[in-house]
Amino acid sequence: MSKKAFTTLALLVITSLVLVACGAPSSPTTPGEAPSAEAGCSDAIGCVEVGPGESLEIAYALTVSGATAFLGEDSRGAIEIAVAEWGEIHGHAIALSGEDTGCNIEGGQAAGVRLAAQPNLLAVIGTNCSSEAVGGLPAISEAGLLMCSPSNTAPGLTDPNENWAPGYFRTAHNDLFQGRVAAEFAYNELGARTAATIHDGSPYAEQLQAVFASVFAELGGTVTFQGAVNENDTDMRAILTSIAADSPDALYYPIFEPAGNFITAQSSEISGLEDTVLMGADGLFADGFPGRSGPNSVGMYLSGPYVAAGSAYDDFLGKWADQIGGVPPSGFHAHAYDCTNMVLTAIQSVAQVGADGTLLIGRQALRDAMSATSGFAGLTGNLTCNEYGDCATGEALAVFEITQAELDGNWPPPVVYQP
Amino acid sequence: MGRFFGRRINFGDLVVQLLQVVVLVIVVVALYNTITTGRYTSRHWVSLIFAGLAQGSIYALIALGYTMVYGILRMINFAHGEVYMAGAFSTVFLAQHFASNGFLNAQPVLAITVLILFAALVSMAVAFLLERIAYRPLRNAPRLIPLITAIGASFTLQYTFRGFYGTQFRSYPEVTALRGTVSLFGYSIPIVQLVVLAAAVVLMFVLYWYVERTKAGKAMRAVSEDKAVARLMGIDIDKVIVTTFLIGGALAGAAGVFNGLYRPQGVYYFMGFFPGVKAFTAAVLGGIGNIPGAMVGGLVLGMLESLGPNAILEGLGIPGANQLKDVIAFTFLVLILIFRPQGIFGERLREKKV
Repeated sequence: MSKKAFTTLALLVITSLVLVACGAPSSPTTPGEAPSAEAGCSDAIGCVEVGPGESLEIAYALTVSGATAFLGEDSRGAIEIAVAEWGEIHGHAIALSGEDTGCNIEGGQAAGVRLAAQPNLLAVIGTNCSSEAVGGLPAISEAGLLMCSPSNTAPGLTDPNENWAPGYFRTAHNDLFQGRVAAEFAYNELGARTAATIHDGSPYAEQLQAVFASVFAELGGTVTFQGAVNENDTDMRAILTSIAADSPDALYYPIFEPAGNFITAQSSEISGLEDTVLMGADGLFADGFPGRSGPNSVGMYLSGPYVAAGSAYDDFLGKWADQIGGVPPSGFHAHAYDCTNMVLTAIQSVAQVGADGTLLIGRQALRDAMSATSGFAGLTGNLTCNEYGDCATGEALAVFEITQAELDGNWPPPVVYQP
Repeated sequence: MGRFFGRRINFGDLVVQLLQVVVLVIVVVALYNTITTGRYTSRHWVSLIFAGLAQGSIYALIALGYTMVYGILRMINFAHGEVYMAGAFSTVFLAQHFASNGFLNAQPVLAITVLILFAALVSMAVAFLLERIAYRPLRNAPRLIPLITAIGASFTLQYTFRGFYGTQFRSYPEVTALRGTVSLFGYSIPIVQLVVLAAAVVLMFVLYWYVERTKAGKAMRAVSEDKAVARLMGIDIDKVIVTTFLIGGALAGAAGVFNGLYRPQGVYYFMGFFPGVKAFTAAVLGGIGNIPGAMVGGLVLGMLESLGPNAILEGLGIPGANQLKDVIAFTFLVLILIFRPQGIFGERLREKKV
């Protein structure tokens, strides 16, 4: 590089650094300094002002592409239906934007930062995977947003000593509950006395199998093996061989596709696993799972979200068929629908309507209204939130059995056990 | 430099030799521990060995593409994993079509041959375009430039195919004729593993024969030896390079179908990345630029991955052994590079070639 070019480049770098340094304080992301923080706002963490003719902004943060897109599409459809039903709040339309979170920590973090940078955003419906929330929640919470997840199930997210942060709520069941249900089903209903577990290193799978293993041992069973694979592994023979050495009665692998497909398909190739019952969880609860895993999936059990049939749920499915088409591809649509309705109800209740129709919404007031939710009649039951954001009823969970019909395309599978 | 038993030895050599002894001791202790616990029967070991061979033969077929291109151009074609993905991903739709109209199970041999030919064609087309668009204009550029271009080409191909076929996972249909096991020395081995292994070995021998016994193969070896002299002898260098890419592509496409028969699940746009890295490892293991080396490297890597976690890591009492499968493979690669930098079959490269 010539000396002249070097000098020019150095000057450019220095100038840009100075500009960046000068620009920082005027960043609009800090809630206290948002343009809305005017005379009328007395909220501790700031307000959002929605002027006449402007829309209320909410966003989804879901995994709408890639391997877990079935989860994101399932939730997104339900959110769109709920928003369409509301139409408007105090005369203001509801604008729904969205971020793709990709079912991993990095995707969640990137989405969280982008959402936190929107000054007029009120609430986020999401995320799907627990890992996304681990990555995204810090930025979302710090920006003063309200967040409601339809399908985060990792126990740590509502534990103040772990990942919980103010503003976080979920309508999904906590895996402390899902793992217990799966272990009780294996021990009491299937009569399993030995079990092995596999996780993939994700917060969801690791915590869920740990709960399963400890409850199973508590009930009197023996856990013969607890191992892990990588989410990109295709050859599961080595770990299945380790497991087969003890021929456990049940094998519990609460992971995602495609690793879950490979384990299911390869389980029949290993001697010693002939009588082992396969069990998965809601991460594999997808309409294409039996077809992609092949005939070994017949007879497999999946724990997953369950909504008892009723007129409200039937209405919802009818709207899905009209607006989205077909049936929901996974099991958390009812939870997403409830989340959206709870969030919009809270917005409606705390919004102060000005003389010209301007809305002033306090961010802390919105969070308080959400945590005060009690006996909210949703599709998944009557929801009451606790101080750390667990709003699930515990009723909306069941164990399903995959049969030949599911392999041939039927969905969802029949329920065989409910706690 | 020092004196040791009256022999002058180099300090570096001493460290390497000590390391060799340490590694050997660790492996022997681990194997001893695993075997004496009696947790696994010989049935388990045989099943792992054959699974490793089947997986290894798929790595080997992909590795041949890396090694041939390196032999001719002294360039690592990092987009080769995507050439494999292109064939495997495109063919899954044809395979599903054959399964739904019954052709696959009525005429399995014919149907699978058609699938292999189709996958090979797609992969050859991708490899051809890759060479034409991405590599040929950079033939005389510094060596880092084609390398970075290859990485860019790899991403371009991944997201192009994502655009073509979407982000959904696909699965190859199950072939009834390949279901079940055969008994070999009292052990039952899945038929599909034997078929994949045998087919891959046949393809490798055909390639070896082509390179060693035909005139085109001779031209290929000549270009690999010295491009300038080969040109003086009247060899069309461009044609030889294109042929090399086409052969590598065809083998990768075939590997895509074999993978679909052996591991039907998880076919998507990113499926080529890890097998690509593994096959590159296999090529280095065997000695990059060396064709029999890539074959042996692939098979060795497959076996290591399959046996390593249970035989070595478990014997050392390392928790989460199966998550460390790749660690075994890459540790072995590092060890090979320390003890035998030219790979198992490789010759020490002359300064000029490097």
